[in-house]
Amino acid sequence: MTTATYTRARMSYGFLLTPKAIFGLIMIGALIIAGAFAPFIAPFNPARQDLLMAMTPPQLTGPHYLGTDHVGRDLLSRLIYGARVSLLIAIAVVFFSGIVGVFLGIVSGYFGGRIDSFIQKFLEVFWAFPPLLLAIAIVAFLGQSLTIVIVALASQRWIPYCRLARAETMALRDREFVVAARSLGAGHARILREHILPNIIPSTLVVGTFAMATAIISEAALSFLGLGVPPSIPTWGGMLADARAYISTSWWMALFPGLCIFLTVLGINLLGDVLRSHFDPKIKNF
Amino acid sequence: MLAFTVKRLFGVIPVLLVVSLMIFALMQAAPGDPVSMLVSDEASAEDRERIAAAWGLDQPAPVQYANFVKNAATGDFGTSFRYREPVMDLVLARLPASIELALYATLLAIAVGIPLGVLAAARPNSVFDTIGSIGGFFGISMPNFWLGILMILIFAGYLNILPSGGREPWGLDLPRITGFLTLDAVLQGRWDALVHALRYLALPTIVLGTAMTGIIMQITRASMLENLGEDYVMTARAKGLSNRVVLWRHAFRNALVSVITIIGLEFGALISGAIIVETVFSWPGIGLLLIQGITFRDFPLITGLVLIYTTLFVLLNVFIDILYTIVDPRIRMR
Repeated sequence: MTTATYTRARMSYGFLLTPKAIFGLIMIGALIIAGAFAPFIAPFNPARQDLLMAMTPPQLTGPHYLGTDHVGRDLLSRLIYGARVSLLIAIAVVFFSGIVGVFLGIVSGYFGGRIDSFIQKFLEVFWAFPPLLLAIAIVAFLGQSLTIVIVALASQRWIPYCRLARAETMALRDREFVVAARSLGAGHARILREHILPNIIPSTLVVGTFAMATAIISEAALSFLGLGVPPSIPTWGGMLADARAYISTSWWMALFPGLCIFLTVLGINLLGDVLRSHFDPKIKNF
Repeated sequence: MLAFTVKRLFGVIPVLLVVSLMIFALMQAAPGDPVSMLVSDEASAEDRERIAAAWGLDQPAPVQYANFVKNAATGDFGTSFRYREPVMDLVLARLPASIELALYATLLAIAVGIPLGVLAAARPNSVFDTIGSIGGFFGISMPNFWLGILMILIFAGYLNILPSGGREPWGLDLPRITGFLTLDAVLQGRWDALVHALRYLALPTIVLGTAMTGIIMQITRASMLENLGEDYVMTARAKGLSNRVVLWRHAFRNALVSVITIIGLEFGALISGAIIVETVFSWPGIGLLLIQGITFRDFPLITGLVLIYTTLFVLLNVFIDILYTIVDPRIRMR
């Protein structure tokens, strides 16, 4: 069975060799390596306190290359472990919201009518909350755990996927190859799975990349507000919240965690931009 | 026009009803008994019952929800657990601080973002354009809480020229008329107070306005480039009009439609950004009130604020929709 996929023919990876894309790939690679192998890379246990060494400035010759925090924990080790939380939450949020959003979007766009207007009303309610406010409310009421933070951050993230999948499905559903499949007796589930879905994957990838950047920045914001994962787990946002109290004495506590968030998010946004202009320059900010 | 406005306004009601149901359901699903936040641990069972009855917490959930909606519709969001004051009074007392900050941030973003966007579009691919595009990426990738901390580090710490937080110095003693400090100072001719107010506003305004500046700049540029390629621009140039007139009088006017939409869409980002910026700079607005309310598990305050924020956001979007149809009458046909 051949699937009508009009993007496959131009699949080459040369577009990933521009400076923008390379920077983005390096940042994502660094995040994945730091997150996955944190225990092997980090020079210290991120939770180990050493009050005698508290607020040590960065040491060029080590052992605390980026200094220590207010209770003497090694900053570099905490940043590496913090990458783990960012990575885990970003991946979970991107996939969870992607599956929900794309599913609702193609169902909405394909069937139209009452199903479409019901799903769009549902979307409208979630979109009525200012960004991050629904996530803040969910964590505020339900408590702070990894699962709740992921659900909270995904609660609005599925919307861009849904809008895009709906728009693309509506454009595809009357195309010849879909009509042909239908006339050959293919069921709705089969058409959606084999003819619609493969065609919306490239643009979903673009939305997913931007969703990852948003997820990382939002997780850090929640942690900074004290509404993220439990404070015993090192996170970049949580480290910045700690730094606020020591800002006049320990600049390194404020500088490095923020730099990690900024560079990671910048890299992902640049990569997203490259993917967008490669796959579909028409996609705007969904 | 009137029919469109009325239709949009009525469409808001069902959305807000479902939103209120969601918030209520979240509150019901919260672990722990809200009564325990109102009484001491040693309270007797009778005391607990008495308090529960006094706060209406002994009613079945559907009754509680009906009361919640009925009261909220009249602007009564209950009494704060922590302050023992009506939530609406607490919010109204802090709202001017939040609005003042958001207004200055929006003005800054418009004043910087639009001219930069137009200039970048006037000379595409120039050095100026490249710097603008890089700046745009930095803007959307920069977490505002980190930018805030860096600003405090530099301007309040090392240079020590601006205050690190708060809204006014101790003993400023400026009688409130509108609640907007800068306006109150001008109305009373208190120039010393105006200088103080502006100094305290400076850092939070810059931080809150930065992301919006980047986005407005990019949208202005894209929308200008689109319009500069149109036939009417060529006609205007052929007539011998000056570059400035073509740019501002012709292309910019048409580009304004998408810029207004974006400013509207960005109100949401402005609200969530303000919650964070108010926390960073201890700015006494409703964002800081919300975060403090969460720390104290002050349920009426949290539900009230979430509902107020969402209502404001939804109404602002309706307002932008209406404004949109004024700028571009074709929209109304849809």
